[in-house]
Amino acid sequence: MINLGYTIWIPLLPFLMFLLLGLAGHKLKHKLSGLLGTGGLAIITVLSYITAYKYFFTSEKIDGAYQKITAFNITWLQFTDKLHIDLGVLLDPISVMMLIVITTVSFMVHIYSLGYMKGEKGFERYFAFLSLFSFSMLGLVLATNIFQMYIFWELVGVSSYLLIGFYYQKPSAVSASKKAFIVTRFADLGFLIGILLLSFNTKTFDFITLTDPTGTAIAQGSGIVFMGLSVMTWSMIFVFMGGIGKSAMFPFHIWLPDAMEGPTPVSALIHAATMVVAGVYLIARMFPIYTFSAPVALEVVAYVGAFSSLFAAIIACTQTDIKRVLAYSTISQIGYMLLALGVSGYGGYEGLGYMASMFHLFAHAMFKALLFLGAGAIIHAVHSNYMTDMGGLRKYLPVTHMTFLIACLTIAGIPPLSGFFSKDEILAAALHSNKLLFAVEYAVAGLTAFYMFRIYFSIFWGKETQYHETPHEAPPTMTIPLIVLAIGSALSGLIPFNELVTSDGKAFESEIELLVAIPSVLIGLLGIGIAYVMYRKETTIPEKLAATFKYSYKWAYNKFYMDELYLFVTKKIIFKHISEPVAWFDRHIVDGTMNAIAYVTQSVSFRIRGLQSGQLQKYAYVFFTGAILLAILFIYLWK
Amino acid sequence: MNAGIPIQYFLILAAIMFFTGIYGFLTRRNLITILMSVELILNSVNINFLAFNRYLYPHKLDGMFFSLFIIAVAAAEAAVAISIIINIYRRFTTINVEDVDEMKY
Amino acid sequence: MDILTQFVVIPLLTITGIILVKDTRQVKMVSAIGMGLQLIMAGILLFLYVSARRAGNSAEMLFVKDIVWFKSLNIHYTVGVDGISVAMICLTSLVVFAGIFASWEVDFLRKEFFVSLILLATGVFGFFISIDLFTMFLFYELAVIPMYLLIGIWGSGPKEYAAMKLTLMLMGASALILVGILGIYFNSAPAGGQLTFNILDISKVKIPMSAQYLFFPLTFVGFGVLGALFPFHTWSPDGHSSAPTAVSMLHAGVLMKLGGYGAFRVAIFLMPEAVKELSWIFIILTSVSVIYGAFGAIVQKDLKYINAYSSVSHCGLVLFAILMLNQTAMTGAIIQMISHGLMTALFFALIGMIYGRTHTRMINEMGGLMKVIPFLSVCYVIAGLASLGLPGFSGFVAEMTIFVGAFQHPEIFYRVVTVIAASSIVITAVYILRVVAILLLGPATNEHFDHFTDAKWFEKVSVITLICFIALIGLAPFWLSSMIGSSLQPIMNKILALNPF
Repeated sequence: MINLGYTIWIPLLPFLMFLLLGLAGHKLKHKLSGLLGTGGLAIITVLSYITAYKYFFTSEKIDGAYQKITAFNITWLQFTDKLHIDLGVLLDPISVMMLIVITTVSFMVHIYSLGYMKGEKGFERYFAFLSLFSFSMLGLVLATNIFQMYIFWELVGVSSYLLIGFYYQKPSAVSASKKAFIVTRFADLGFLIGILLLSFNTKTFDFITLTDPTGTAIAQGSGIVFMGLSVMTWSMIFVFMGGIGKSAMFPFHIWLPDAMEGPTPVSALIHAATMVVAGVYLIARMFPIYTFSAPVALEVVAYVGAFSSLFAAIIACTQTDIKRVLAYSTISQIGYMLLALGVSGYGGYEGLGYMASMFHLFAHAMFKALLFLGAGAIIHAVHSNYMTDMGGLRKYLPVTHMTFLIACLTIAGIPPLSGFFSKDEILAAALHSNKLLFAVEYAVAGLTAFYMFRIYFSIFWGKETQYHETPHEAPPTMTIPLIVLAIGSALSGLIPFNELVTSDGKAFESEIELLVAIPSVLIGLLGIGIAYVMYRKETTIPEKLAATFKYSYKWAYNKFYMDELYLFVTKKIIFKHISEPVAWFDRHIVDGTMNAIAYVTQSVSFRIRGLQSGQLQKYAYVFFTGAILLAILFIYLWK
Repeated sequence: MNAGIPIQYFLILAAIMFFTGIYGFLTRRNLITILMSVELILNSVNINFLAFNRYLYPHKLDGMFFSLFIIAVAAAEAAVAISIIINIYRRFTTINVEDVDEMKY
Repeated sequence: MDILTQFVVIPLLTITGIILVKDTRQVKMVSAIGMGLQLIMAGILLFLYVSARRAGNSAEMLFVKDIVWFKSLNIHYTVGVDGISVAMICLTSLVVFAGIFASWEVDFLRKEFFVSLILLATGVFGFFISIDLFTMFLFYELAVIPMYLLIGIWGSGPKEYAAMKLTLMLMGASALILVGILGIYFNSAPAGGQLTFNILDISKVKIPMSAQYLFFPLTFVGFGVLGALFPFHTWSPDGHSSAPTAVSMLHAGVLMKLGGYGAFRVAIFLMPEAVKELSWIFIILTSVSVIYGAFGAIVQKDLKYINAYSSVSHCGLVLFAILMLNQTAMTGAIIQMISHGLMTALFFALIGMIYGRTHTRMINEMGGLMKVIPFLSVCYVIAGLASLGLPGFSGFVAEMTIFVGAFQHPEIFYRVVTVIAASSIVITAVYILRVVAILLLGPATNEHFDHFTDAKWFEKVSVITLICFIALIGLAPFWLSSMIGSSLQPIMNKILALNPF
């Protein structure tokens, strides 16, 4: 047994940094607070790499499988004898892989931010929030039990809220942050209900107990059937609802494009590489339950993933704000990962989808962070988010151009870059289990290549735009992370995921299936080719196409009116038809009843107060009459 | 000793005094007259006390004591009442009860 | 003198001190010192309690002191505490302490103000330490009366109306409670013998079912009115919005907890059989409170109304959880009382401070305060996040304990209702973020606000004290949870022995 107790410092250090920067940040110099935040992250990045090395190469395998190691665990809150929230560190292949992803991307984003955010007001606040996010995200992936995951799930939500709303004086940023929080919160309610159902049936929160394929917990509750599905299936569907929200899958995807109001490095870190894949991670973490006890829920996962990836890819083809295109692309790629999980089985080659999903998650984190950071460098240079304001930038931004191109080729799945391998394995897994889903994903692969090269050509080639001031390349603090990530996304395809990160921890053989690989490369090239024709030079083809498919273009351009639908539900139904009537009812009916009681009392007393005339003799008269009446009563009538 | 006058005589006298007092109390507007009426009522009660004491419990003195108390209290009451009346006169420059109805509502 | 009686004596001495000092500036110093002392005493009490429990003292109530003061009716001055009352006492002393600093700038009739405020606190402390029903009721009344003066004299807006409404509704409630208590008293010895008001003695006998059916609803509704049980919550929005800052803090923070605590100690503890039979009615009412309060808060425009409705929602959760008759849910209810007490006190303190600067509480008349008064705004955001149940603050601990506990109920009805109540966390997020977005974020709308000064030292004392404890409970809940849980054990044993599920 190797000693991994120090891993508790991996999440703890950013937390301490958050407290330091949050409480004393405004007294520090900007540079110092930035360096403190980045330095803290550098340390945990090193620690994470050491941990990964120790875990993958020196830890003891039992039966050829990587073991789940609880490196640290304390009871945080005791509910009942069996149910208690623990805080701890669980190391297994996926959490260690996520450690690498999070710390690497986060470290790059920290360095990048030193340049990107230079001179911004609230610099130290920014770094405090980034540290808070890193803490929460690391706590999430290292969770030993589902409730710990829920805690950090909420915390990443709030750090996302704080960072989206970083420019708090901008109304659009404020409403975007609010929207992100509330939409994900609604989804988290589902997660909570799922946890409650799960814990009611299995009487445990602990991941190791829950996901043990041979354990007793996994078989609980399958006998109780509600509306044709077992309780376990329902609870897993509810849990997945949390994942839908966080990973911005349809129909909770609407917050993600708006979340681009935040600073661009934040979009790269939170809304592309790490937080939004929490949903995928969640399913992967509970995967044995899904396969063994809730296969229907797993199908739901696959279909939600497939639909979202198609849906988002179509929208991405029509948007002009480059960050929004990237946001829809993120939704689409996460859909891929969920689909891969959804079609996967457990153990050996059956678990190809699982492995492919994790592989794609890793590769996607690298190239999507790169794309966003590249977009940030572009926006930094031209001060606009819209690709209509850009064109011919390859001359001004050579480094950004090259790295952006690598990222685009990676996402398009061109060999030998990492996207090719991961996407190929996903398609292979889909082909083996569900032809319909395979067809959808195959089409999405083409669309992906098309929209990515659409923005690539529009930004770096296309028309020769005249700029007010000549765009210049970003400072080295920004370009170095770009280069590092470009290397990462190009080479991470060489990592042998099939030996390291698999559904049951055991290595299995997998190789490129030419039957899948060749067509997928071809459709990628086709997408690139179409984009080349349409956007390499300024042409009228896009307008003509848009005019031909007028209605479908309009629907896609307006994101299928999902935002309007949400606005209708919130403003018209919740505000107007629930809350206002409730408030009215409260003021007028409930409170009105109370006031009416008071009013009746008061008016009755107004009526009878005339008796109190102040005339002494009247009182005496009444008194005397009463006395006589009483006397008569007692003498004659009382028997 | 008491062969001469039956108790009814005392009681009738007391009743007449009592109702005269009540009548005066209810109809007079002058506070001094009202006070006098109250004295009449009290004295009618005194007569009743003494008469019952004498006729029903001739060997006890409770009725006597009560009468004495009432006389003493009546004297004190008259003193208080007259001082109140004087104050009312100073405040309202009248001792007509109908004009003194501040204590309403 | 025993330690518990000091919780009544210190405030009374403070009041005497306030009356004796000549200079009105010394008044607030005396109050602050007195209540600071009280806070220290609360700390000492907590320490003594924990160490006594560690030493293995497993009596139901500790530090019991019993003095007969009305022999013919067997009324005693009996005090004693378990973990729950200790927690409530700590909460009260914290809120009162913060309240003194929040009302540092009251000028009008300052002496009288502080006297009434501390008199109110005396009543609350007395209520929490009493284990004699009659004495408890006496302290309850003592807490309600000064409220009338505090709102009626130092309030704002339609203060006479609000004060009258609040006092009348609470008095109506205390009539119900009185009848309930007397009903319990006359049934406290069904086998014959001395009738008693002592809670511990009554809990050992079974009150006849016919009496329970009558008196459980009376006491529960009576205390429920104070705990803002739908539909008897309407005093809360008006009362809170008219009350001065410290009074709102004390009222929402502590006085509303008398309702939950009383319902728990009297209605649930003494008559568990009736609870089991009748709880479904009140479960429905309380879940209506939870959801309805939250929806009501969404469209309000006055900051204090928003908080008042939010309190209805959160306090509804307290009553909801104690009706579940389940140790985890009840632990959650007690934590929720403490957590809501601290959070809402913080909210009202901040609202008072914002109002003191902007002279308006209408959110649409303000905007962009984050830029002008960053300290207060950040604290407001923290209070908001705590209120919507963010992990790391006390609200999360309380709500999750309630939901997990309530969901362990074996009957499906209760679990469904739990899910409905749980959905309030989303609605809470909506109204909290709405206020934060309109009030604090966005561009600064009013140039008159530009010259505002940020928090003064006494405001910082008040706010930071509360935030620290909210975070403390949120980060390290185990000690509080286990203290309350172990105190609930005898109560639960009794309930379980009487009605095994």
